[in-house]
Amino acid sequence: MSSETPLVLVVDDFAAGRELCAEYLEFRGYAVATAADGAEALDKALALRPDAILMDLSLPEIDGWEATRRLRGDERTRGIKIIALTAHALDAERDRALEAGCDEVVTKPVIPKELERVVRRQLGRESAPDEERGSERGAP
Amino acid sequence: MGVARLDAARGSRGSRDPVKRLALTDTLLAEGDARSCALRTLEWLAAEAGATRGLCLVLEPEGRRLRGLAAVGVDGDGVEGMTVELSQRTHPLVVALESREPITFDPPGEGDRRPPPITPLGPIGFSVVALSAGAGDPRGGIGLLLVAGADGRGIDGEALAWAGSRLGVRLAALAYSSARDAEARRRREVDWLQGILEAVTDPILLTDAEGRILIANSGAEHLLTTDEEAGEGRRRAVALNNMLFSASLFTNAEEGGPSRRELLLVNPVDGQDLLLELITTPFPLGRAEAGVVSILRDVTDLSRATAEIEENYRKLRTAEVEVRAERDRLDVILNAVLDPVLVTDPNGSIVLMNPPAERLFTVPRGNRDREAERRVRANDAVFTSFASDLYAGRSLRWRKELTLSDPESGAQIPMEAISAKTLARPGQETAVVTILHDQSEAVEKARLYEQVKRHSEELEERVREATGELAEQNELLRRQALQLEHASAMKSQFLANVSHELRTPLHAIVGYTSVLLEGMAGPLTEPQKEKLKRVDSNANHLLSIINDLLDLTRIESGKMPVRIEEFPVSEVFEEVRTEAESLIEASELEVAFEAPADMPRLVTDRQKVKQILLNLLSNALKFTPQGAVRIGATHDAEDDRVAISVSDTGVGISPRNQQTIFEAFGQSESFFSSQSGTGLGLSICRRLARILGGDITLESEPGAGSTFTLTLPRRAEIS
Repeated sequence: MSSETPLVLVVDDFAAGRELCAEYLEFRGYAVATAADGAEALDKALALRPDAILMDLSLPEIDGWEATRRLRGDERTRGIKIIALTAHALDAERDRALEAGCDEVVTKPVIPKELERVVRRQLGRESAPDEERGSERGAP
Repeated sequence: MGVARLDAARGSRGSRDPVKRLALTDTLLAEGDARSCALRTLEWLAAEAGATRGLCLVLEPEGRRLRGLAAVGVDGDGVEGMTVELSQRTHPLVVALESREPITFDPPGEGDRRPPPITPLGPIGFSVVALSAGAGDPRGGIGLLLVAGADGRGIDGEALAWAGSRLGVRLAALAYSSARDAEARRRREVDWLQGILEAVTDPILLTDAEGRILIANSGAEHLLTTDEEAGEGRRRAVALNNMLFSASLFTNAEEGGPSRRELLLVNPVDGQDLLLELITTPFPLGRAEAGVVSILRDVTDLSRATAEIEENYRKLRTAEVEVRAERDRLDVILNAVLDPVLVTDPNGSIVLMNPPAERLFTVPRGNRDREAERRVRANDAVFTSFASDLYAGRSLRWRKELTLSDPESGAQIPMEAISAKTLARPGQETAVVTILHDQSEAVEKARLYEQVKRHSEELEERVREATGELAEQNELLRRQALQLEHASAMKSQFLANVSHELRTPLHAIVGYTSVLLEGMAGPLTEPQKEKLKRVDSNANHLLSIINDLLDLTRIESGKMPVRIEEFPVSEVFEEVRTEAESLIEASELEVAFEAPADMPRLVTDRQKVKQILLNLLSNALKFTPQGAVRIGATHDAEDDRVAISVSDTGVGISPRNQQTIFEAFGQSESFFSSQSGTGLGLSICRRLARILGGDITLESEPGAGSTFTLTLPRRAEIS
């Protein structure tokens, strides 16, 4: 994986959701790391310095809002793009997430294809990494 | 004087006796008046010279006639009436007056040599002698002495002459002294008159025809006369007064009898004006000359007093008018008072009443109603008793409850009488003013109040009982309300949780279906793809149900947030078109968005408008097998509302279903069975529209399509 390959940390305590997301982003050419709770997410964020984090808000122990606040409070992780994922449809949840420091909030359910578009937009990319590789390789 | 008969014998038995003569002289000197002297002389002649009848005549003071003075032996009544005019120069007695010697007349019929004149002596002869003042007196006789003897002839001439001379001297002396007395008396009377004149303080004066002053008292002299020594001022004042006085005199000269007029003179001493009343009376001065007596009365002070009296009268009139006005005012006030008002004097008699009092205490005129009279009398008695109590009491104010009768109806009127004594001076009672206040209403009110109070107390008791129960129920309700609130919160929380819990697996289902269809797990066969699309479609349907439930929960709990922002309708149209793009493409219908160029911007909840329009559009696409869907916007400037309509050429909605289509779960049976939908969409849309102050209406005809119209205030009115 080249250094240009963006690294996305997918944080979700719901395995099916986490794995779907991770698999799809890898499918689309991203480097992906995963975390199942807030503490792991903070550790991996600090260790791996991902380009973006897909943060489920409802997490055990340290929840998504708290984790986001901490990441924003740390000089080393402040620049990471954080996209919040929530199954809560209420506006209040969305507002709290934006307040905590999330760059964008996406409500579940969302199809992975759409999710990838959000990540791409946050990273300021015009296309997914697989499409770039494809163009480099001249495929598909 | 009775008839005296002289019985003396004829002759001169004692007449020449010097003693007898001295006696007569003494007698005459002792007598003080002429008649007595004449009588004494005649009696002496009867005694001493044989005279039986005698008569004395004397010359009147004017010297024009002789008049009888005294007589003896004749009826005296005719004596004083007897007169002899001297102008009868040939009359024997007139002739005898001039004679110095006695004359004897013979009795009538004896040769007629000297027939006697007719005298009270009767038709007999007599001797006559003139009475002279004295031997040397040039005036001649002053009277006659006629004497007859017993034989009807004269008597001894010598005795008669002597007696006549004595009487003449004595009469002359008496006449002189009497004249002197008269003069003295006249002088005295003049002095008295002068004194009286001076005693009168008013100026009085007598003037002649030319206005010259004949007599004046000092008051008049003060005003009208002066002397050389007087000052210039006084002389001028007096001259002016004379002029004014004369002018005033002659102004009214032709009027006869007393007349009065006013005259303004000057006080010569101080120069002040003197107002005088001039009273003039004509006064004869002689046979042809007429004078005037003038009395001047100083009315200067009187005039001032009159002016003062007039002033006082005027003041009195003014005061009277004021008093009357005051009284009128009082009357007006008294008559305006609706309560009976009475004024009584110290005897308890009513002296003043206003009409309401008259109604109680007087029988209307012409009223023959005996009952009314009786009631009036009863009222009077009650009031009199009250008034006498008041006079007996010492307090100045008195309050008592009286019961009077209405004279007309006989109804009992409870009255409150309030009396006050009015005092002219401290301690002196002059009148009592009493106001009667009808208490009927108050009594009735008190009765009603008591009744109300009793009811109120009963009610209160019941309320107290009820309150206890109510408090229990209240507490119960409060608990229930709390429970309900709690339950509602629980429900909302539950729905939110359910929503969350459903979304999470749904997320996986939709996600995996999506990635499979995308070929992440390798290529799929067409039947596989077909089945996966079914999964995807149903998962999305489930999602919309979950969203709708969530919306409904928020609306019902009043927790639907509203975010007002300003935006053009065209932008919302664009967003709707974008979001519904896949549906539009799938429907293969012609879809047109038409917003006029001058459409004003909306100020409302953009997200909700979009949600409503998406819902309406998706419905239109779902229920329109072929044709077109048109979305248009209009603005009504008058009430500043916008209308956004979504029209389709679809299956339409039957009138029956049009009634229920906006109710929750109201989607018609046929649609539910043949198409996908929760039945919540339109209900939610209408509620959202109403939250923004708008509504959604429907026009439809089965088979001919439907038009749903969202109307909104251009600026949201949040209810």
